[in-house]
Amino acid sequence: MSSRSVIPFGPQHPVLPEPIHLDLVLEDERVVEAVPSIGFVHRGLESLVSKKDFKEMVYVAERICGICSFGHGFGYCDAVEHIMDIHVTERTDYLRTILFELSRMHSHILWMGLMADAFGFENLFMDTWRIREKVLDMLEAATGGRVIFSILDVGGLRRDVPDDMLKSFLPVLDDIEKELAIDIKTFLNDSAVKSRLCGVGILTPEQVETLGCCGPFLRGSGVKRDSRKLGYAAYDDIDFEIITSNDCDTYGRTFVRAYEILQSIKIIRQAISKVPSGEVMVPVKGFPQGEHMTRLEQPRGEACYYVKANGTRFLERMRVRTPTFANIPALTETLQGCDMADVPILIVAIDPCISCTER
Amino acid sequence: MEQEFRKVSHHAILSEVQELQEEHYRLIQICATTVQEGYEILYTFGKGYDEVQVKIHTDVGEHVQSISRFFPPAWLYENEIHDLHGIEIDGITLDFRGGLYRTKEKAPFAHKEVKEGK
Repeated sequence: MSSRSVIPFGPQHPVLPEPIHLDLVLEDERVVEAVPSIGFVHRGLESLVSKKDFKEMVYVAERICGICSFGHGFGYCDAVEHIMDIHVTERTDYLRTILFELSRMHSHILWMGLMADAFGFENLFMDTWRIREKVLDMLEAATGGRVIFSILDVGGLRRDVPDDMLKSFLPVLDDIEKELAIDIKTFLNDSAVKSRLCGVGILTPEQVETLGCCGPFLRGSGVKRDSRKLGYAAYDDIDFEIITSNDCDTYGRTFVRAYEILQSIKIIRQAISKVPSGEVMVPVKGFPQGEHMTRLEQPRGEACYYVKANGTRFLERMRVRTPTFANIPALTETLQGCDMADVPILIVAIDPCISCTER
Repeated sequence: MEQEFRKVSHHAILSEVQELQEEHYRLIQICATTVQEGYEILYTFGKGYDEVQVKIHTDVGEHVQSISRFFPPAWLYENEIHDLHGIEIDGITLDFRGGLYRTKEKAPFAHKEVKEGK
């Protein structure tokens, strides 16, 4: 019988941009159990509701994470707008949709680079991140920021994005679409890449449902669910299909993310062609009272924003359930039985965002 | 659309979630809130795009039953609630006994009595 040994993985590891720790129980080169521990960057941001008023909390929500900052700000604003019965303008809905999809694009392209780096394809890593810069440039032009945008506010947006600027994004999106098509072809057809992704980390549709997975991790196992179909912002007026793969492995998750980038480009084009004129801010009167849970589709999957208010400036509770947190039970499941060499690939496959998870 | 947050007794939570599991709901999240008289725990379940919110109230020091035998991923949420709020949860399928979150301060969102170990 082979002997068992415990190998600590993380919190510092070349493949991990952020700290998470796993105790990997190995039999020879095979993982038989993975026990996670987190909390290395827990900042207690949710507890700031007792010190920052409900409008200042928009800044805090955006700072939960540097990659998903727009989504966090959006989810928080949407939840507060629900309990205050605020209806944002149609233009705001469209602009929020455009900015959200740009965020999804840069997050997914970032992931592609990290995955290429994880399996040792440095040129692919550099090329994807070169393309990502173009998305960040558009976000910077529209919001003034590349990481934290500070454009969202309860009741709308702090600044408008002019129609001329939106139209100037169209040729850039055309370029990105062409350039990404080459990288996607490499990701999905190159035999060396496929040998690292195909058949690795298999989860059946039943397993991903039972384990509470979300996002591309869920859709990569063939489950057709995307919270954008809940119809928030302008998604109700946009025509788009849910991307899924029946491969149920890391290749399937890569397929979903790759095609979701191209789909985001289509959504942005549609939104730019339909964006109505008008104001981007409505007046906000009084203080929030009540509770609400907003669910939306962040790049990494469904995120939940719960707010509870008592009619004062300060909320009683703000809670964010992030997609990475929801995918951790499935991660530990996929690690059981895998080869030690596949552990970095499987961790990157969930697109882990630890600063979101720990808030 | 107004959301419904259904309140149930914390003794009835297991039968509630068993029913939801039999109806093929999935666990979306569990969230604890520290309130003046104790804690509120909010469970969110989903089926397709629909959701159900179930809320329980528990006093300081009172133990809560784990729902992880019905919804396996609940172990992560319940360990988080234990580590951050100091709520004792019995029967978690994968119980880290306070070792999931390596925070400097133990149970940072707990009531003062819990932090002081009373």
